[in-house]
Amino acid sequence: MIDRRIIEALAAIVGDRHVRTAAGERLTYASDGLPTHRRVPGVVVIPGTRDELVTIVRLLATHGIPFVPRGAGTGLSGGALADTDAVLIVLTRLNRILEIDPRSRRAVVEPGVVNTRLSVAARPHGLHYAPDPSSQTACTIGGNVAENAGGPHCLKYGVTSTHVLALEVLMANGELVNLGSPGGEAWGPDLVGLFVGSEGNFGIATRITVRLSPLPRAVRTLLADFPSLRGAGEAVSAVIASGVVPAAMEMMDRSCVAAVEDSVYAAGYPRDAAAVLLVELDGMCEPAVAAEAADVELLLRNHTARSVRTAASPAERERLWLGRKKAFGAMGRLSRDLVVQDAVVPRTSLPDVLEAIAEIAGRYELRVSNVFHAGDGNLHPNISFDATTPGLRERVELASSEIMQACVAAGGTITGEHGIGVDKLRYMPWIFDGNALAAMRAVRRVFDPAERVNPGKVVPVHACREWSGWAA
Amino acid sequence: MERVGGVSILERVRALLGTEAVDLTAERDGVPRVAPPTIDAVALLLGTAHAEGWRIRLEGAGTWMPGDGPADLALTTRRLDQIVTIQPQDLMTTVEAGLGFDLLRNQLADRGTWLGIDAPGAQGRTIGSILATATAGPLRHGFGAVREHVLGLTVVTGDGRIIESGGRVVKNVAGYDLTKLQVGGFGAFGVIVLAHLRLRALPRSDLTAVVEGSRDELARVAGDVMAAGLEPAALELVSPALARRERWTLAIRLAGSAALVAEGEVGLRAATEGRAAELRAEEAAAFWRHAAEGLTARAVTLRLGGVPSATEELLDLIQHQLGDEWVMATPSLGVMRWAGDATAERLRKFRKALAAIEVPLTLERAAWPLRSVVGHFGAYREGVGPLVSGLRKTFDPGERLVVAVSEEDHAG
Repeated sequence: MIDRRIIEALAAIVGDRHVRTAAGERLTYASDGLPTHRRVPGVVVIPGTRDELVTIVRLLATHGIPFVPRGAGTGLSGGALADTDAVLIVLTRLNRILEIDPRSRRAVVEPGVVNTRLSVAARPHGLHYAPDPSSQTACTIGGNVAENAGGPHCLKYGVTSTHVLALEVLMANGELVNLGSPGGEAWGPDLVGLFVGSEGNFGIATRITVRLSPLPRAVRTLLADFPSLRGAGEAVSAVIASGVVPAAMEMMDRSCVAAVEDSVYAAGYPRDAAAVLLVELDGMCEPAVAAEAADVELLLRNHTARSVRTAASPAERERLWLGRKKAFGAMGRLSRDLVVQDAVVPRTSLPDVLEAIAEIAGRYELRVSNVFHAGDGNLHPNISFDATTPGLRERVELASSEIMQACVAAGGTITGEHGIGVDKLRYMPWIFDGNALAAMRAVRRVFDPAERVNPGKVVPVHACREWSGWAA
Repeated sequence: MERVGGVSILERVRALLGTEAVDLTAERDGVPRVAPPTIDAVALLLGTAHAEGWRIRLEGAGTWMPGDGPADLALTTRRLDQIVTIQPQDLMTTVEAGLGFDLLRNQLADRGTWLGIDAPGAQGRTIGSILATATAGPLRHGFGAVREHVLGLTVVTGDGRIIESGGRVVKNVAGYDLTKLQVGGFGAFGVIVLAHLRLRALPRSDLTAVVEGSRDELARVAGDVMAAGLEPAALELVSPALARRERWTLAIRLAGSAALVAEGEVGLRAATEGRAAELRAEEAAAFWRHAAEGLTARAVTLRLGGVPSATEELLDLIQHQLGDEWVMATPSLGVMRWAGDATAERLRKFRKALAAIEVPLTLERAAWPLRSVVGHFGAYREGVGPLVSGLRKTFDPGERLVVAVSEEDHAG
């Protein structure tokens, strides 16, 4: 537990209202979006300004107390959980958009700004913030930076790291440093690139400068359905190989479609299809987008699509997308618990890996629904289950692990956008050897020698080879 | 040649890697050049160098950075020149770092694929050189900085460890992104020996058009092209010497599907009021090649990155402080590259003026006497210096790799 004097000092910084000490209050923060991990923080503090945050981190540095930064808590890898010996610093009150510079297409925000809010604020200038994780109406830009978040439209526009130009970072010792430059050019080695996706282990991003992208002037959204997952996977490869770069290419299997269609987000997806594919093309020039859409439609039909339908209105387009974006929520209704998985495979391996996942699900007698960013080969196999059933949680764990093994065996990786957190620590040695893991740990110690920020995440310390370097 | 315990370094290296790994004919300043044939051989060499205290300078094909750092040995990656795989369906390739970019481009084109990088310098520059210096060219406008094309790397650290980062797939957030540290690290954090790169489908259509005029006027035309919603692959402002034309030139490259390029052409005519002159395919190739090669015609090459709206202000500053004979700029991104001759004092003064307006200057290429005092990165902002030096000591604990990282810190 956290010493009472520390709690009093925290309250003196932010006010009693913004410190949570009661067991029930702290329990609210015991999980993130992944319900399979629970840890109760020692105390929760919610600063309202950067100065308060700096004072808190300096206080914790003086006393050598570990801390965990947290945004909206929508993460899916247990990355923002704190143990009872640690302070959870919730950043949602640091939610100001500090600057929008339409001429240079950039914005400066505090970490607690909700992803969608930035796009809404940029819209009058004909701009938007391109990375669009499914949780974008709730998740924060700070959390996106920590996780290097993706989203459907990252196929064309790139993930978070592509869009972060500069960072002001509060390090574990309470020092503020500026990384990168206002225009995005690295200032020395690319420490912005290194920081993005470090899951909070290198410090807290207190000011984030991001690139804004022009809103596309033309959009076409196509819905295709397929009699087999294999056919759908091959259609995806064919579109990518044709040279057209869709803004997004999202696939849902029959189980996922059923969940969506049974929910309030019903989008009119055909229930009898083995897979539906949502393809979006966008650009600045209407005739070019129309021509590309026609090419894509032909390719899909030539690759076993039973039907291809184009959204006729913005409302229809929105409905098609809502079904996709709320697919996780819809699946959550299927059963008491849901494990959302995340892995990436080479695009051409999609059909084989999907068959392997179906086989694993059958063997463990589990319901697995697949919804994924097909254009990137980024899979989200989701397992619906009831954790109160004796032995079921163990089965889910074993099946998850086998699914991950299948993805790694296909030349893929264990996470494309959700991060390692605590959930995937055990898989890290499957893709990185002891040298690579030791290098990661040594780099972390350059930023945080005592390993106090978000301890116990990302790098499985036991698997690190001895490091002879300076920061060993 | 220095002798250690009665055995010369050269004899040790021959014993370690075999006689053929040492290229004696290449000695220029008396520093023997070693070309390890495998990644393991690089690791063996650097591990030994670390233990023995040998200083190592790094080279690719020797066409970009002058190979003149004070060292006991020069390590060249030129024998690591294999294409390990090209996967056209998955749009990725794995290549060894010593491979020449021109060779890779031809192999990729044969398989209908393309790498969206057009680095400055000679056509035969190695992949490792381009990645280590993060020298993107005009295509950065359409396809992003060098780091956007790199999926994963294998690096050998200054003490001989082989470290893999990233992976082979296009989306990957497993662990810290050590790849980003290496791309543009100038070898200060190890030697890049292998890279997994992201490919694109070869553009079905590829067209370059140019507009000539005064620099300021063309900057406005570039703004019009952007505002018209064209999506060019490159939009580059090129000085007369680099364009080999009488006046400044705005070069617009459209690349992609036939529909995209055809519509782009229409839009371009409107946005430039018919002034854009389309180049024939071979003229376009020659235009971009000459510009890229021209940037190494002088002793120094450097790049600046400001905000896009300050492009003209930055070009003015270059003109006043260094002269703007050899300049290329990407107005949409605020990045620009300068080549010329300048003293260390002048460059430091220029860098200081830029720092005041929050614009970093990266010294991309210069002879050792200059780069050792100016540094690739110069002075850092408060708090960043200790991080860079900590990272340097992490990946090269003995500081064996001779890299002029910053003003304060030049190993050797």
